[in-house]
This record gives sequence, structure tokens and C-alpha cells, in this order.
Amino acid sequence: MAVQVQTHASLSAAQQALGQGGTYLAGGTIVMRGVNAGAVQGLIVRATDPALRSITATGDSVRIGAGATMTDILASRDLDFLHPVARAIGGPQVRAMATVGGNLFAPHPYGDFAVALIALGARALLVQGSARPVEDLMRDRTRPPLIAAIEVPRPRDARAFGWLKVSRIKPKGVSVLSIALHLPRDGGRLRDVRVAFGAMGPNPLRSAGAERVLEGQSLDAAVIARAAQSACEGLDPPTDALASSWYRREVAGVHLGRLLERMA
Amino acid sequence: MTFKPVSFTLNGSPKAAFTTDGQNLLEFLRRGVGDLSPKYGCGQGTCGACTVTIDGVPQLACLVLAETVDGRHVATAAGLADGPRLDPLQEAFMERFAAQCGYCTAGMLVAARALLDANPRPTRDEVIEAISGNLCRCTGYEPIIDAILDVAEGRVQA
Repeated sequence: MAVQVQTHASLSAAQQALGQGGTYLAGGTIVMRGVNAGAVQGLIVRATDPALRSITATGDSVRIGAGATMTDILASRDLDFLHPVARAIGGPQVRAMATVGGNLFAPHPYGDFAVALIALGARALLVQGSARPVEDLMRDRTRPPLIAAIEVPRPRDARAFGWLKVSRIKPKGVSVLSIALHLPRDGGRLRDVRVAFGAMGPNPLRSAGAERVLEGQSLDAAVIARAAQSACEGLDPPTDALASSWYRREVAGVHLGRLLERMA
Repeated sequence: MTFKPVSFTLNGSPKAAFTTDGQNLLEFLRRGVGDLSPKYGCGQGTCGACTVTIDGVPQLACLVLAETVDGRHVATAAGLADGPRLDPLQEAFMERFAAQCGYCTAGMLVAARALLDANPRPTRDEVIEAISGNLCRCTGYEPIIDAILDVAEGRVQA
């Protein structure tokens, strides 16, 4: 089967075209790999609506068009809290192409930006009009809906958001694992803690064990040690060419502890 | 097979050629247009050997759908030299022995040129960042970094 490419002026037209199946092409860093390898066949649909790349601050949140690239994120002052995350993704060429929407569906071990979005409690605004928490979308990525934009709550305190990517290749490499933390404080105690991991499961996910330990506590050495111990509870990290499941399990708590110490 | 016309600017000259559904920009440039300077390394966006700029922004030609460059400006390593007059980066790469097997060189040069056009006096860290998407398995990177800094700091001129 050959490839047929359709280009539409709007996302809703693209959604309609995808009604009979097909693949949506955004930045190309994932789908074009499949096209080049012959793994992606049949209908490919893309949209050229300029609104897809718009970034708009509205009150306490920022709306990021699903087609905004990592370079667009880095150019936005409203998203300065996400700059370290965007900078950690690929080299300059990949950052100029890779989109926020596409990163949600990047297969393991990719998808670091989605890890940060989960920690921040971001919502995906679907083309069909409804909204879903990004972490819900992560649970089943087999038949993803078409996404128009991501709505990211801005952390009230910039120091409440922390980010760490661990890779073997410097300065840039694929994740052994990545960690994003949102640790809002209320009277010195952590409230509504969110701990998200990348490359520690089939998709970016939250660490229920670490969150349970941290919630309601002050960030002292004993709490950090317990959170690090609980980091992998219920998680089954994959084995790949970068690291074994055992290795990821061994080091996840260590890196979580270091990030927590930095944020204490 | 559907043929689609693409009109674009390549290294400052207008070009028109046909692409097919799903053809990537690298194949289009090499086979359709005859610019052999961008190299096929991995076809997965990992190595950077196919780096070109599109409207001044470095991108990976192997991951760009060729039809999307219609109406845009594409630049490759083939456009760096002006006849026998080399780009200062090319001179510096020769001076510093920054090319050994040479397979990464075209992509490195395009990435470096894009950096210097946007930021004429980069720091060493900025140079490292700018070529972080380009793999080299010969030089250990140091001669490449030094060559780019030579141009940035005025030690090599056209």
C-alpha cells in the first residue's frame, strides 16, 4: 500500500478526513520515521491552520496550540517555566520540528514534554470540543483523539516546578528516565503534590508512592529519603537498549531524591 | 502514484520539481533536484547528516515531507561556497581538520552556519548546543567546535 497525503486548512476538516482511519502528521519527527521505514502506510492527514502554533496566556494558564514546536515554547516568555524541558528535547533541528501535541504520543523512551505536562496538571483540548487531563490520554494511546491545544496551569511559584532528565549521551540523549515535579507549598507543607516519570513505564505516568509520602509533609531529609524509597511502587519500567528495568528501578529513587533536595 | 509540483527557493535560486506522496525532503533534494550535499545517514532524525535550513531554521530533511517546502526557502551545504570562494566555515573546517570521513560535514556546516547567522559571537557552550543534533564518529567534535569558534572570533575570514 502506498502513502496518500491530504492537507487541510483546518483541524476539523483533518478530523473529518481521519474518520475512515489514517495517520495525522504534525512535526514529522515520529510519523516520517515510519513513512521512511515503510511502517506507516495509507492515508496521512495534515493541517495548516496557523492557530495550531499559537501560544496564548489566559489568567492562570497558558494555551499552547498542539502544533507549537519546542522552539516556539523556548521563544515564549509566558512559558519560561517549561524552557528547561523544551531545551532537553533533541538537538536544534528536532526542537524546530517536534510539536507539543506529537510529544504526547511519542513512544517510549520519548515523550519528556508530556511528563512535565502531567506534573503540571495540563489538559488537552480536543478538536471535537471536550477537554481531557493529559495523564488520562497517556493511559490509552492506541487510538488517540486529535488535539487542538494544551492548557497548562502556570505554577504560582516558579520554584514549585522541578525537572530532571537523565541520559547517557551528553549533551543530548534519549531518556534513561525523566522526572517532573510540582510541589506547591501551603504554610511550609506540600499540597497537591504531583510526581511524574518518563521512561518508567509504557508511557509517561505519575508515581503514586512518592506522591503519598510527600503530600502534606515539609520537604526535609527524612521525607526525601522515604519518597525516594517509594518512587517505584507499582511501576514496571521497561528494558531497552539504554537501560534495564532493574537499572531504572535502582536509579529512579536516587534521581528523585536529588531533585527533591534541589527544590527543598 | 500522485505527482505533486513543488516550487521553492534552493540556495537563493528558484526551483520547481515534482514530488510524490510521502517523499521526504532529503530524497527530493538528492534525486528530484540533484543537490547531493545533504547526506542520508539514518533516515530517523538521529544523525543530523541531512540537515538543511528551511526559512533559515535548521531541520532534518529526512523527516520533512517534501511537499511542505512549497513556497519556502531551503538552504543546503552546496550553497555555502560562492564558486571557488569558500564560506569561512569551510575554510576553518579545513584548517582545523574538522572533517575526516566527511559524512557529517555537510550537516555540521549547515547547522554551524545557521548558528552564526543567528548568533555571530556564540560561546563554546552555544556552539556545542548548536551541533548537538549532529553526530560525528571521527573527530571527537573538538576540531569542529574549534573551527566554528575560529570563524565566530574572527580568526578565519573569507
